[in-house]
Amino acid sequence: MHVLVCGGTGCQASASAQIIKNFEDILAAKGLQDEVQVVRTGCFGFCEKGPIVKIMPDNTFYTQVKPEDVEKIVNEHIIKGRKVTDLLYMDPENKEHVADSKHMGFYRKQLRIALRNCGFINPENIDECISRGGYEALGKVLSEMTPQQVVDEVTKSGLRGRGGAGFPTGVKWGLCAKNKCDEMYVICNADEGDPGAFMDRSIMEGDPHSIVEAMAICGYAIGATHGLVYIRAEYPLAIHRLQVAIAQAREYGLLGKDILGSGFDFDIELRYGAGAFVCGEETALIHSMEGKRGEPTLKPPFPAVSGYMAKPSNVNNVETFANVPIIITKGADWFASIGSEKSKGTKVFALAGQINNVGLIEVPMGTTLRDIIYEIGGGIKGGRKFKAVQTGGPSGGCLTEKHLDTPIDYESLAAAGSMMGSGGMVVMDDTSCMVAIAKFYLEFTCEESCGKCSPCRIGNKRMLEILTKITEGRGTMDDLQELRNLAAVIKDTALCGLGQTSPNPVLSTLDNFWDEYVEHVVDKKCRAGVCKKLMRYEIDKEKCIGCGACKKNCPAEAISKTDYIAPGHKLPSMTIDPSKCIKCGACISTCKFSAISVK
Amino acid sequence: MAVIKLSEAKVNFIKDVCKSYGNKPGEVINVLHKVQGEYGYLPAEIQELVAKELGIPVSRVYGIVSFYSFFTMTPKGEYPISVCLGTACYVRGAEKVLDELKRQLGINVGEVTPDGKFSLTCLRCVGACGLAPVIEVGDKVYGRMTPDRVKDVLAEYK
Repeated sequence: MHVLVCGGTGCQASASAQIIKNFEDILAAKGLQDEVQVVRTGCFGFCEKGPIVKIMPDNTFYTQVKPEDVEKIVNEHIIKGRKVTDLLYMDPENKEHVADSKHMGFYRKQLRIALRNCGFINPENIDECISRGGYEALGKVLSEMTPQQVVDEVTKSGLRGRGGAGFPTGVKWGLCAKNKCDEMYVICNADEGDPGAFMDRSIMEGDPHSIVEAMAICGYAIGATHGLVYIRAEYPLAIHRLQVAIAQAREYGLLGKDILGSGFDFDIELRYGAGAFVCGEETALIHSMEGKRGEPTLKPPFPAVSGYMAKPSNVNNVETFANVPIIITKGADWFASIGSEKSKGTKVFALAGQINNVGLIEVPMGTTLRDIIYEIGGGIKGGRKFKAVQTGGPSGGCLTEKHLDTPIDYESLAAAGSMMGSGGMVVMDDTSCMVAIAKFYLEFTCEESCGKCSPCRIGNKRMLEILTKITEGRGTMDDLQELRNLAAVIKDTALCGLGQTSPNPVLSTLDNFWDEYVEHVVDKKCRAGVCKKLMRYEIDKEKCIGCGACKKNCPAEAISKTDYIAPGHKLPSMTIDPSKCIKCGACISTCKFSAISVK
Repeated sequence: MAVIKLSEAKVNFIKDVCKSYGNKPGEVINVLHKVQGEYGYLPAEIQELVAKELGIPVSRVYGIVSFYSFFTMTPKGEYPISVCLGTACYVRGAEKVLDELKRQLGINVGEVTPDGKFSLTCLRCVGACGLAPVIEVGDKVYGRMTPDRVKDVLAEYK
């Protein structure tokens, strides 16, 4: 019997370590430590309901487990074989408890390929990984395939870069393999800087061996003996697990000299990022690994020709690598049978924002947004109205209701003015102001712009100034045109992919939420009530009893007495002078009679 | 900026770190990671020493320290507080939590309280989007934050 406890970052933040300890202690106290094994796994994906505890082999899925629930699970489930019903997931529609994750709306439409081992194995134990088919693909390529056959197989599978742009992976490998050189590098881009995306981290935390294996396969295919993982220093758990995986692989002879007696040498080192979004761009990433500022350079030369230390290098993203071993074992045709016409396989999305089931999901390419948001995501939090979904992070855009039935793949997202990006998917309801969201992304871009080229460094700054003006009620209709002009110039002239896509959040909101921009500019109104300077605090003179509590608390002395006494009240009601009001909200929180509202 | 005289122990530690990376200029980021991990921040004096040891101009070291957001030239508080402003946290109201923290601590982002106890920074996505909005105090993650909970969280460290 196995008890699987999620050790992903989200669940760890909610005491999953304590849960594991409690399981171990209680099982030991009952002398069951040899029969029941407690395993700390990677992310199950269902972060909204974490911490997750899964009991195998009967596949019972407990949600939101607290450390004090452990005793009950041991006594009831493990000893007596009865499921602890109140810890099971409750279907929000029919209010029935569901024990098996396969029958939950969240998992039903998912297909887990890149995340195949996440939540099933102890990521710090290579044997568990091997028992689920780990390193089988490496054995196969080394014993049965030529490097060219590996490149051909990956090309045939139709796998495309999962980091954002979607370049065909096999073609990239082939380009690099052509530039034979005594020193070549396989680089794994694990610098996941996209706010709201955490799939690479979850793969590294949940199944680090898949990355080690895939990098070795890639090394064999292109003729490289060195592997480098460029990983964010902000991901301590992922770093630790990769280090453990690399050490174990070396011990088993799956890394190092003469792997599996094939004569092929390959080893992996880690390099740490230091918090720069632009380092997700491959030339910038390579400069950072060389100990320089992470500034991008013009391509060509492509890294395949001149990359790390001016040697041919192949850079792939974590999720891309995670797909490689299974393509080798199950075959390119199997992989190519999944997904849409031009986008094969699956994509992992980090579903977040105002949605019921926040978490990490993996679906076949071509799944519609509606299925993702309503079937898997369980709809909008609090039954509110769906407004937009942002995909692709700071390089992507906001999609609206009219895009809900669009099948999601690289092409359809680009056609809708967004992009796949690394797979962040942030759902927004009517409490989000789209102008403020555009401003939020531009603030990010301005902060993260490396400063090398002026369109990105200065252009985005000017756009941010205009957006700030609009959210403060000082915008004009000319400003909206100016935003479009600037965006067009930045798109055409910025140096790197990040700069060229940085206006996307503004452009897509201008296209899809034009009315909201106009409202901000013409009516000086923010319908979501987010833009502070556009808010108006008002006192309902009929409800106000004239107690003066708000007046006393107002730091700006904006509240004064009127001459009006409402029927049934004894004192004159209060009023707010909008020219003095600083919109701090102090009055609202002091009024006990709900007489003050924000308009 | 006040001139800090580095203690001999510090100087030796930094020299050893540089040496462990073979005094190679290409290792400067790794060296800075190690040194900041030990001392919490990278004042000008440390940068000068690192530059000297690796045989590169101070301007290059400074260029790197100022480029990467992970490196800092100001010391952190005893309990560094980081507010996640990733998109998921943002749409679930992280800004309101940040405003409340600023108000209660009386400091702005990037500053330290006068008693050196708390410092306040923002970061982008810790990958705990399921718990949004999230703040970190040291290594501890607090999920599902609201402005009302700020007082209780701070009280744990007072």
